[in-house]
Amino acid sequence: MFVRRTLPLLVSAIFGVALILQFFVPHPASKNFYNMMLDWLIIVSAFTYLIAVQSTVELHVTKIKRKVEGWQYSIIVLVSLFVTAALGIFGGAFMPTTLWMKIFPSVKPSDTTPLMYTYLYMQMPMQSTIFSLLAFYMASAAFRSFRARSFDATLLLITAGIVTLGRVPLGEFIYKGLPDVVEWILKYPNMAAQRGILIGVQLGIIATSIKIILGIERKYLGGGK
Amino acid sequence: MKNKIFFFILILLSFVLSFPQNETVKDENGLKLDPAILKEFTIKDVRDDDGTKLEISCQKILEGENYLFKLYRKEENDTTLKVVKTFNSFPVKIVDEGLSYQKKYDYYISVTDSLGNESEKCLITGSVSPKPNLFRTEKTILLLMIIVYTAIIVFLVESVRKGKDLFVRKISGLDTLDEAVGRATEMGRPVLYVPGSSTMSDIATIASLNILGPVAKKIAEYETKLIVPNRDPIVMTVAKEVVKESYSEAGRPDVYNDNDIFFLTDSQFGYAAAVSGIMTRERPATNLLLGMFWAESLIMAEAGNTTGAIQIAGTDAVTQLPFFITSCDYTIIGEELYAASAYLSREPLLLGTLKAQDYFKGFIIILITLYFFILLISWLTGGHIVFLDKILEMLRFIFKS
Repeated sequence: MFVRRTLPLLVSAIFGVALILQFFVPHPASKNFYNMMLDWLIIVSAFTYLIAVQSTVELHVTKIKRKVEGWQYSIIVLVSLFVTAALGIFGGAFMPTTLWMKIFPSVKPSDTTPLMYTYLYMQMPMQSTIFSLLAFYMASAAFRSFRARSFDATLLLITAGIVTLGRVPLGEFIYKGLPDVVEWILKYPNMAAQRGILIGVQLGIIATSIKIILGIERKYLGGGK
Repeated sequence: MKNKIFFFILILLSFVLSFPQNETVKDENGLKLDPAILKEFTIKDVRDDDGTKLEISCQKILEGENYLFKLYRKEENDTTLKVVKTFNSFPVKIVDEGLSYQKKYDYYISVTDSLGNESEKCLITGSVSPKPNLFRTEKTILLLMIIVYTAIIVFLVESVRKGKDLFVRKISGLDTLDEAVGRATEMGRPVLYVPGSSTMSDIATIASLNILGPVAKKIAEYETKLIVPNRDPIVMTVAKEVVKESYSEAGRPDVYNDNDIFFLTDSQFGYAAAVSGIMTRERPATNLLLGMFWAESLIMAEAGNTTGAIQIAGTDAVTQLPFFITSCDYTIIGEELYAASAYLSREPLLLGTLKAQDYFKGFIIILITLYFFILLISWLTGGHIVFLDKILEMLRFIFKS
């Protein structure tokens, strides 16, 4: 019970208070403490990736074993995982390793590493593809929400129409003052609403932090009480 | 003799004409800085810093001359002089940064004429070293606010503990959670819970995991499948713990499946693609997107929308809210995400903190309204009421803090 409950609560409380105080103390010792905390975070994060690998392997091995629908894709995932890791370990991350240059004598130290190659020519294009889908999703979402079914939706449609037009050269061509109108909409009504939400969010963040530090909120430890 | 006198007058005249009309002098030994300027220099420690800054200033007024002044710094027990700043007019105020409070520094100043002749470097004062401070005085108001806010929370928590009843307004998005889980059970389909794309250091992620607890408990009671894909391994570990405990609390630890809470990828769009894939393949009846999201929010929400699932989203990312509002059935906006844990569990202690949030928000609204009205009155009276200006200044200081 002490290790599962009391200790995490104590750690949260002590480090929570210490980091709040650190914010108000400009002394170099306080800065060093903060940097040390960041280093610890990086070290802990690095180790948690082992758990991530374990989770991925376990999940996909189970899928293959049980032959669940689409289990063949799990083989691709596992092969990709191990091939990428091997390329990074033996080929180097940013510069080719000596071992890699020995195996492939034509490789120079300035050459792109195989790991970087997979990142630049496989991962990046795939990420860009998914990102570019956003344009189509935006269009479909806009179509759905701009249907003038109610007063609010009509208001949204009109405002969105004005803002969209004011952001393109055609808007300025139709009416010269349109960009200024758009600027006003974004700067005042829009900003006022955003700030209202942000004030609430910031108070919520502080309240949640205080709840965790005081040990009132414990659900993140698992269980309610 | 006449020639001698004439020659003497000429020399004297040329000397007078070439003499700078200030304290910077040029004598037979070359350019020299007037000691009167040197005396005006002061070096003092910069307040509220980490002991890395010194302020060098001179109040002397000197303008419009073709002289260049150079301020040098030398560490004690070192011979190298480093130029801190070059300037050509007084008064001057220079903040020398990047120093160490464990070292002592000497400051020198020299003057260079338009021909590039530099005078000897004169020591301003004795060795000085910056001092590290223990408190940022400019953050006093902020600290006071945090203390007051914490006090309000503690007070309300104590009141609730003594039995005070608190009213909490209805949040439709959270009220629908039960219905959404029930729908999944009726349809025999899983519930997908996405705890955001951020790490544990994001409070929104913690808030999301706080909601996951009661949701998982409800799901365990209904014996429905819960899928929690994660982008961060730490979040995954915590999510596993939260779900496992909730299943135990519901008395159904046997239903818990460790493989249902898993790590996907830490790539932003890779994660979005994988979650969209799960939505299409597994066809969950309910999608819960709660936590911190960036550009991937719409990709996931739209993918979920096309599968016909009931979608409840919640985030404190203001820029992503419009996407969720358009694509999801219910949206938990900003602070509601932080209120969700208290709202769902109805735990008196958590409700107390919720009330504190509202009171403090009320206090901020009062301050903003007060500022607006005083500004209006001040504007209408042409800013002649000094008292109002002082209040405005005070309020501005509070807002700035």
